[in-house]
Amino acid sequence: MMTLQQQNISDNNFESCIKCTICTVYCPVTAVNPDYPGPKQAGPDGERYRLKKPFFYDEALKYCLNCKRCEVACPNDVRIGDIIQTARIKYAKHRPSLRDSMLADTDTVGTMASAFAPIVNYTLGLKPVKLLMDKVLGIDDQRTFPKYSSVKFETWFRKHAEAEQEKFSRHVAYFHGCYVNYNYPQLGMDFVKVFNAVGIGVRLLEKEKCCGVAKIANRCIKDATRDAEINLRSIREAVGNGCDVMLTSSTCCFTIRDEYSHVLKLDNKDVRDHISLATRELFRLVDEGKAKLVFRKDFHKRVAYHIPCHMDKLGWSVYSTSLLKMIPGLDFVRLDPHCCGIAGTYGFKKEYYDYSQAIGAPLFRQILDSNLDSVATDCETCKWQIEMSTGLPVENPISLIAQALDVEATIAANQK
Amino acid sequence: MRFDTIIIGGGLSGLVSAIECARAGRRTAIVSAGQSALHFWSGSFELLGKVGDKTVIENPLGQINQLDESHPYRVIGEERLRSLLSKVPDLLKDAGLKSSGSLSSNHLRLTPLGFMKPAWLTLDDYVYFEPGKPMPWKKVALVNIYSYIDFYPRFLAHGLQKKGVECKMASVNIPELDILRKSTTEMRATNMSRFLTDEAVDHLAAQINKVATGVDAVIMPAVLGIYSDAPVERLRKGVDVPVWFVPTTPASVPGVRCQLSLRDLFIRLGGEFMPGDTVVKGEFEKKRLKKIYTVNFGDMPLEAENFVISTGSFFGHGLIADMERIYEPALGLDLNVKGGRTEWYKKDFYASQPYMTYGVTTDSRFRPSRHGEIIENLYATGALLAGFNALKEGSGAGITLATALHAASDITGS
Repeated sequence: MMTLQQQNISDNNFESCIKCTICTVYCPVTAVNPDYPGPKQAGPDGERYRLKKPFFYDEALKYCLNCKRCEVACPNDVRIGDIIQTARIKYAKHRPSLRDSMLADTDTVGTMASAFAPIVNYTLGLKPVKLLMDKVLGIDDQRTFPKYSSVKFETWFRKHAEAEQEKFSRHVAYFHGCYVNYNYPQLGMDFVKVFNAVGIGVRLLEKEKCCGVAKIANRCIKDATRDAEINLRSIREAVGNGCDVMLTSSTCCFTIRDEYSHVLKLDNKDVRDHISLATRELFRLVDEGKAKLVFRKDFHKRVAYHIPCHMDKLGWSVYSTSLLKMIPGLDFVRLDPHCCGIAGTYGFKKEYYDYSQAIGAPLFRQILDSNLDSVATDCETCKWQIEMSTGLPVENPISLIAQALDVEATIAANQK
Repeated sequence: MRFDTIIIGGGLSGLVSAIECARAGRRTAIVSAGQSALHFWSGSFELLGKVGDKTVIENPLGQINQLDESHPYRVIGEERLRSLLSKVPDLLKDAGLKSSGSLSSNHLRLTPLGFMKPAWLTLDDYVYFEPGKPMPWKKVALVNIYSYIDFYPRFLAHGLQKKGVECKMASVNIPELDILRKSTTEMRATNMSRFLTDEAVDHLAAQINKVATGVDAVIMPAVLGIYSDAPVERLRKGVDVPVWFVPTTPASVPGVRCQLSLRDLFIRLGGEFMPGDTVVKGEFEKKRLKKIYTVNFGDMPLEAENFVISTGSFFGHGLIADMERIYEPALGLDLNVKGGRTEWYKKDFYASQPYMTYGVTTDSRFRPSRHGEIIENLYATGALLAGFNALKEGSGAGITLATALHAASDITGS
């Protein structure tokens, strides 16, 4: 008899929805944009109709941020966000626009922009260019672009770090992500510095492509799947060589662990447990007594931690905050859990820009009222959003640890 | 990761014991699988509304000796119940929730269908009556929001008119809510409450004043004040007569407010709230629970000196029923379930259903057992417990709060 019941539950378990509407209570989009039908209606409710006739697909599903706050709130474990993303991929009639494809293709754009970084950074900051992008492409002119780096992280690593990594007896593989590679190699350098200091060598993956979060959001599914397959192949190889894969971006981590199987329908079961966040691994090492962190006495900063939505979904913010609280000179401030509103490429688009800022407004207010030196977070797009909207610097917890670390003393403590 | 106390379940019971543990200086964490039954809350806590077929008004705690010996109230005992529950109003106040009520006599709350039900504590802005006293109003206006379908003024009018209160019904509208009508499904209490702030409240007050003439009070659906009571206070200032609220169809505004207020208090006290995670198994050693494993934490278990499990009954997935058995999914605790599926229920839907009394069996300190052995550092609280029918007795909130406070005081030694 159970078999019959079990057969009545789909992969995305929309049948488990009891229509309690709790997801909608916690949806950041519903709070600012009533054109969005809300996660219950857009997800499990709408799915019943769409299964009958694709005609019932509602274009307003495009307003979903894919933040997954609905899934975190759901008492019945319904994969509401997955249902909505899958429906957008399956039923949306418009093909991704030129702008959407450009925003999604972080590797191509990043490689080109890196090559001409000083010019690109200068040009992207010019008012006439911004207005032109706004009018022609629909990228909001109020949005500040992240700066591109003229030296890619991979180039730096091969030149300056790779050779010394083999002197370590233990290794992890680092999935740096597009942001570290093209925009902010410093975070990658900080990661190498911290892990090396505790006696762990860092390797890069054989081949790394964008995790695909932007392509999934912009429905460039064929490209996302191709990149994901390349990534999974490299991850399998690293894991086969005894290296777990570490990330410094909560969103890339979430995408590879969960969206690959739930949205792209790729099987990643064999390696999923070997893909982790750098702060989680570092916490584990410290907690199990396998690594020691010695901090400088002259470091002092008042820092608030912002939980990215995908970090909340992973359930791992406690690792990052626990590490930050270990730093003696760090005055830790807790922020209310609140979506920052950018959701990757979403907040760049002219038609969503105002919603994006309205969603983040309470968070920005709290940050500005907290008298902070900086904000810590594990997601790069939250960083762009908070930096642009509050003027405060935003740093990854790994970078803060790198700044506060007494490297010599830490190396010595871990050699004992 | 190590804590002093870990609470499994982030609903009313889990939050209350967690707050008490954190307040006592213990490093406390809550693991919460999705949002809780508090989102269905009426704005009133019940203590004991019925014994058998008799409605309880006077001295509810004095009636507990008529309950079964294994009933959680009997296990705690009248005197201790009184001292534990007397802490609740202050605890709510610390979280920013003002309430009224007395342990010596129930009052009557007004249900959304116009009935009067015994309750112990009611949030300050919600309608309740003192039994035996004359109705506080001769005539009221039942004011709905235009096109809001989760509020039933006719039922309310029926109930109030039977008590001699004359009712006038009206709908009001303000342009700030037009935006919600773009999507026919989104005209909900919690959605409206997000738009009913600041000037929108003044506009609403002005509309209410136009229709609420010649009345002693306004009664309206609970559609304001999801994040704070500021909009409610603003409305009360702007409306010429006193304004009272009646709960609506879920998700409930007072419920979300209560959930978030208690969660925030817990976090302010230094607690760690882990949402959206499910406990999959426990590791036991010599009659003690050492570690719990969760979906999100994977191979990195959570350790603690004591644990509290407050995962609710069937509705909260604290208990799972399949075709063959009923079980407690997180830790595999012993239950009081008897017989096979056909004995779990009675065919008469309104009968006292056996499954309603199913739950985790414990010793007198609410420590549950596993394979017949008491787990010494684990407490079970709230709807997960065996031995009562909260629906028939009107006792759910009282049991939830009392057992949570009992477990917390056992843990903190206070």
